[in-house]
Amino acid sequence: MNEPTSARRSALGAPVAPLLSVRDLKKHYPITKGLFGKTVGHVRAVDGVSFDVAAGETLGLVGESGCGKTTTGRAILRLIEPTSGAVRFDGVDLLAQSPKQLRALRRHLQIVFQDPFSSLNPRMTVGATIREGLTIHRLAEGAQAEQRVRALLDEVGLRPEYASRYPHEFSGGQRQRIGIARALAVEPKLIVCDEPVSALDVSVQAQVVNLLQDLQRQRGLAYLFIAHDLSVVEHMASRVAVMYLGRIVELAPSEALYREPLMPYTQALLSAIPVPSPGGARRRIVLQGDVPSPANPPSGCVFHPRCHHPAKDAACARLVPPLEEKAPGHWAACIKQAPTTVDWAQQQAAGGTNPPSRYLPVLTGTP
Amino acid sequence: MTAPAAPAPPVLSLRDLRAYFHTDAGVARSVDGVSLDVHAGETLGVVGESGCGKSVTALSVLRLIRPPGRVEAGSRVLFEGRDLLALPEHELRAIRGNRIAMIFQEPMTALNPVFTVGDQIAEVVRVHEKASRKAAWARAVEMLAAVGIPDPERRAKEYPHQLSGGMRQRVMIAMALVLSPAVVIADEPTTALDVTIQAQILELLSDLQRRLGTAIVMITHDLGVIAEVARRVVVMYAGEVVEESPVGPLFAAPHHPYAEGLLAAVPRLGDRRDRLATIPGTVPPATAWPSGCRFRDRCPYAWERCAREHPPLYRIGDGRVSRCHLAEEPERRAHPHAPRSEATHGTGGIASAERGAPGAPASGDDAAGSVRSEVLP
Ligand SMILES: Nc1ncnc2c1ncn2[C@@H]1O[C@H](COP(=O)(O)OP(=O)(O)OP(=O)(O)O)[C@@H](O)[C@H]1O
Ligand SMILES: Nc1ncnc2c1ncn2[C@@H]1O[C@H](COP(=O)(O)OP(=O)(O)O)[C@@H](O)[C@H]1O
Ligand code: SF4
Ligand code: SF4
Ligand SMILES: [Mg+2]
Ligand SMILES: [Mg+2]
Repeated sequence: MNEPTSARRSALGAPVAPLLSVRDLKKHYPITKGLFGKTVGHVRAVDGVSFDVAAGETLGLVGESGCGKTTTGRAILRLIEPTSGAVRFDGVDLLAQSPKQLRALRRHLQIVFQDPFSSLNPRMTVGATIREGLTIHRLAEGAQAEQRVRALLDEVGLRPEYASRYPHEFSGGQRQRIGIARALAVEPKLIVCDEPVSALDVSVQAQVVNLLQDLQRQRGLAYLFIAHDLSVVEHMASRVAVMYLGRIVELAPSEALYREPLMPYTQALLSAIPVPSPGGARRRIVLQGDVPSPANPPSGCVFHPRCHHPAKDAACARLVPPLEEKAPGHWAACIKQAPTTVDWAQQQAAGGTNPPSRYLPVLTGTP
Repeated sequence: MTAPAAPAPPVLSLRDLRAYFHTDAGVARSVDGVSLDVHAGETLGVVGESGCGKSVTALSVLRLIRPPGRVEAGSRVLFEGRDLLALPEHELRAIRGNRIAMIFQEPMTALNPVFTVGDQIAEVVRVHEKASRKAAWARAVEMLAAVGIPDPERRAKEYPHQLSGGMRQRVMIAMALVLSPAVVIADEPTTALDVTIQAQILELLSDLQRRLGTAIVMITHDLGVIAEVARRVVVMYAGEVVEESPVGPLFAAPHHPYAEGLLAAVPRLGDRRDRLATIPGTVPPATAWPSGCRFRDRCPYAWERCAREHPPLYRIGDGRVSRCHLAEEPERRAHPHAPRSEATHGTGGIASAERGAPGAPASGDDAAGSVRSEVLP
């Protein structure tokens, strides 16, 4: 893949000096067999992911279950050790840090987890949970820490007196607020939000989405906002990255991505969202088959077995499409979606029979 | 309850269905006087947030509620002229899975891990149709093909864990439809699936419905799914039906404030609102439905009457009913205010919806109120 370098001013990194910059990140899990754990293959959970997040912005990361979103988020924080790649945060190479240095840096880089029910320690009071970060980073202690905890609870819309209660006493939405207060305690610059609202009901989801947006405005936070619900992401994010089988297949400003998705997978994904407007006629691309296993990804373009692009041909099964800029700031990985740097001669040499064209089915927009 | 102008007579009718769990923490009135009709060949949508009683309603129809839960006396489930709640167990067994089938949210828990999927579908055919082993197996394979499983002969010999989530849901659908039931109750059949797989499954269900004439009760919390598949919709809140309406009018102009709030809270594609509308608070526990109107703590229109009087189902138009006093005092809709569970303190206008005590205490009860819902013809 032709990796856009951080020096280049690209849509991958809108700003010249991004807050977070991820390059060619990979996480492969060995598949072992037998008594001695002989490695017989690899699950390519994340397979070469690059993007930037600017200070104060929200980058959405979307894709279907198992495409590698959580793994990406955790590998960035080194909650999972990446197999390879580069992660720079605020100018510091995270992968080169010692565990101790990393802990200090985590003050600026926090995470809110997917599951509000398992992400809090059931034996710790809410207050102790939130105070933990303050203590580790020596930000406050004693009465001052108490005061901070109460202020944080108030900020996320919970009663300060809840500090003495335990997680099981709270609903899913309340627990997610506690998780947010915990992340906020250390005054981070960036929060990785791993599906923070997926487990919540719509009305509560809306409460938490609004809270995250208010906090962003007040504190200038940046979010890497992971979700599978594309409507929530459109609402939250200024730019969106779409993942499929461990790779980013499209990355664009939110408005452009939803108005004119270029990568056929994104087109299908957007068209599959049920729209809450009865009778709203929309063209739906129903994909055939399931997402293939990341242990055995298809050759060439990983999307080719399910792709509906009319120009799809044998070259798609042979050539790995680079994530390339198809329009200013709009990146997509598809050799059939013109323009492409994989020229026609190269495609023909790989068995291609259909020259690249522009395929833009009309899909979105509520009536 | 209602009998809106419909082309066919109801095949399945629930009348004043009550299912309570008698637990140490009190009586959970999970389903509390639900009446609804399902017409032949139609798709009825049932929508509401978690804890509103959708699943317990579904399980009650086939008497699948286990102690400490039970379907309370006075409830009726009428199917083809008989009350399923009054049938002896062996007669009910002949209906369950045969004339009325269920599809569950989590196919892994509904499928038996130690039998192949082909065997499980064939077993249904053998039990209900006394078919030979060979004929039943052939039907199973045929059905797997009909639900779009590639290479069905091979897949039939596989175990549930060998299939993806989408394929397992297809197997569940194959099993539910193999005997061409009159009614399929689908409880969040696509909630655990990705949107592209959900699109496949919804397409499959409506295709099979067209061919087999099956009525589908589609239970979901996803208003997008409802808009796409349902002709009529029942909105549930706190164990009750709070609105029933044809799908178009409901989405265009929801009457019940809960339905209104739900529709406003959903982020939509292309929606450039700065903030999402929220419903403050959460669904209370089933052991502690508020007195009067059960939605009043979260309702922006609530007034004294709502605390005093449990609203009956009011007729609000053609085939529509709503359990809200605004039906009688519509002018009050013009004056929304902060609901009770919205906090008065807080910083920066952050939604302080959840400041109510965790596991909000029981706030009393209004048994007489729910009876009144039956007043409606
Ligand atoms: N510890 C592990 N060992 C082996 N494979 C793993 C491990 N953790 C994750 N995977 C695999 O890596 C892939 C990506 O997983 P990941 O959890 O990142 O997906 P996701 O996009 O977050 O999915 P979801 O939307 O379901 O949360 C999946 O195929 C998963 O099965
Ligand atoms: N086995 C049970 N014991 C006690 N309460 C239960 C049980 N099953 C469900 N409930 C309660 O009944 C209410 C409705 O549950 P359910 O029908 O599962 O909701 P839904 O399907 O609408 O999310 C909830 O408050 C739930 O806690
Ligand atoms: S490269 Fe080929 S297979 Fe891949 S998305 Fe483009 S057209 Fe489809
Ligand atoms: S009856 Fe009153 S509290 Fe209940 S929904 Fe109607 S206006 Fe709101
Ligand atoms: Mg995940
Ligand atoms: Mg349920």
